[in-house]
Amino acid sequence: MLSQKKFLTAAVAGLLVAGSPAWAAKMLLVNGAGATFPYPIYSKWFSEYAKQNNSVNFNYQSIGSGGGVRQIQAGTVDFGATDAPMTDDEMQKAAGKVLHIPSVMGGVVPVYNLSGSPKLKFTQAALAGIFLGRIKNWNDAALVKENPGLSLPGDPIVVVHRSDGSGTTFVFTDFLAKVSLEWKGRVGAGKSVNWPVGLGGKGNEGVAGLVKQTPNSIGYVELGYATNNNLPFGQVQNREGNFVDCNSQTVTNAAASSLAKMPKDFRVSIVNAPGANSYPISTFTWLLIYQSQADPVKGEAVIAFLKWMLGEGQKYAEPLGYAPLPAEMIQLEEEAIAQIKLP
Amino acid sequence: MPRSSCLNWGDRLFRWTCLGFSLLILGLVAGLAGELAWNSRLAFRAFGPSFLWTQTWDPVAEHFGALPFIYGTLVTSAIALVIAIPLGLGTAIFLAELAPPRLSETVGFLVELLAAVPSVIYGLVGVFVLVPAVRQTGLTPHGVGLLTAGIILAVMIVPFITTVSREVLLTVPRSQREAALAIGATHWETVWTAILPYARSGIAGSIFLALARALGETMAVTMVVGNRPEIHASVLEPGYTMAAVLANEFTEATGDLYLHSLIGIGLVLFGITILVNGLARLMLLKLGHSR
Repeated sequence: MLSQKKFLTAAVAGLLVAGSPAWAAKMLLVNGAGATFPYPIYSKWFSEYAKQNNSVNFNYQSIGSGGGVRQIQAGTVDFGATDAPMTDDEMQKAAGKVLHIPSVMGGVVPVYNLSGSPKLKFTQAALAGIFLGRIKNWNDAALVKENPGLSLPGDPIVVVHRSDGSGTTFVFTDFLAKVSLEWKGRVGAGKSVNWPVGLGGKGNEGVAGLVKQTPNSIGYVELGYATNNNLPFGQVQNREGNFVDCNSQTVTNAAASSLAKMPKDFRVSIVNAPGANSYPISTFTWLLIYQSQADPVKGEAVIAFLKWMLGEGQKYAEPLGYAPLPAEMIQLEEEAIAQIKLP
Repeated sequence: MPRSSCLNWGDRLFRWTCLGFSLLILGLVAGLAGELAWNSRLAFRAFGPSFLWTQTWDPVAEHFGALPFIYGTLVTSAIALVIAIPLGLGTAIFLAELAPPRLSETVGFLVELLAAVPSVIYGLVGVFVLVPAVRQTGLTPHGVGLLTAGIILAVMIVPFITTVSREVLLTVPRSQREAALAIGATHWETVWTAILPYARSGIAGSIFLALARALGETMAVTMVVGNRPEIHASVLEPGYTMAAVLANEFTEATGDLYLHSLIGIGLVLFGITILVNGLARLMLLKLGHSR
């Protein structure tokens, strides 16, 4: 608890506290902090929402999921945001029951630098093999077999991964751990892991930069980042054995087909989801909110925003490279939001 | 020094104010060390001193060791010094001793300008120019690595060495030069035997200032070093530095032990920086005595 206060929250909280009295006079300020992965859509949402409802202003600091979790535990923000659901241990350190509200979805795609930019197909085993360092060359039988007709070079594969802790890495390694026992045992899933091979690039732009520059390299970035920058990315084999392209539809499918097993608190991983047309490296990103709100006015404002986000807000997902939540999921979440208690 | 009873009230106020400021700095350093130590205690409790020589960095299994980062920081800084000392000192000698005054002023200004360039710009130059250039040597398939980081660092610290050394060289009295020239020394001999020895403590100071900068540089290094926590004998291989891992992993570190281990690396970096500065002082003292 000491470290939280002293190293991360102090600076930000200090700024927010210093800034709030000026705003409070005419406008309600709701503070949030956390994940960087959904930051583009969150800032879009908050600016669109402010246009329709000018009595409340949302202030979001994209300090990372770790910071989002620590700040909601410490109660220095009105809502947190994270790319990886809080662990039981983390939930216990919070001041009350924290609700996880999936806000939007995202997919992670394998990007590569091969001459001619072919559209590659990756089996689950091949992707795990490459990032484990087992598959060393592009003309490995595992890659050639699924990509007939493409002339893959015999050059060594240069693996690139994120060097900074990130939700993108979490969902990617979560997928690898689900499909490869060796990955699960040797590396595991996390926002930062001990990579068996490869170079680290800072941020999506760092990974994309290294991949763009290094011939015969492979890395992973968020879907939106790949499409906005015209990076070629491959199809990934899903649970049913189909090779699926990542787009907002196939990512939404992954959630829709996971509804049967959806836990009540939405703390769930949907990588390698069932469904013929589900993209396997998909994830939710979550807003973190105390079930018992301390401030009736702020609580009311947050609830109103959440409802807007699940309705009108979802249409902003696709243009920004995210995927909207499926309709049934939104229904479940509206039920959860109804549980939020105001004092 | 006059006794305080002899001072008038203005001098006394001045004296206490200055004392207060220097104590404040001292307190800041002590507070920093205390805070770092307190917030890394879990790491040292869990791993003990072996934290310093363990090579694993596994956030998932929560097993942490600082050695690859210490190695990377020391190696990149050493490479930077090996390149920057001759380059920076040579430039300083040229500017102070050989160049016509007008050229000296212009070049001196340009060198100082180098120090003002933000480090992320150096990082970008590294990514887009230096990394492909290193890769094109054919010695390494990726181009990022300890050598690349060392070269970028060298460019970043040259201005420190050049600017400070030039000023120091300019303070060498004319009599030193004239005496050397009068006994028939060549230009080279004058610089080497009369001027450099006179200025050496100042030059050493500039080098240690540069080294401190190299040890702590974060952004430019993380962009070109490869961010791989491993120890390889070859400087062409990717590595990692202490400052870089802090910048990369701090924001998303959720577990207590993970966070404490990262802050532990901060403490080690702090310790190494103090050690280097201490050595610098010792060396300056020694040089001062032998003169």
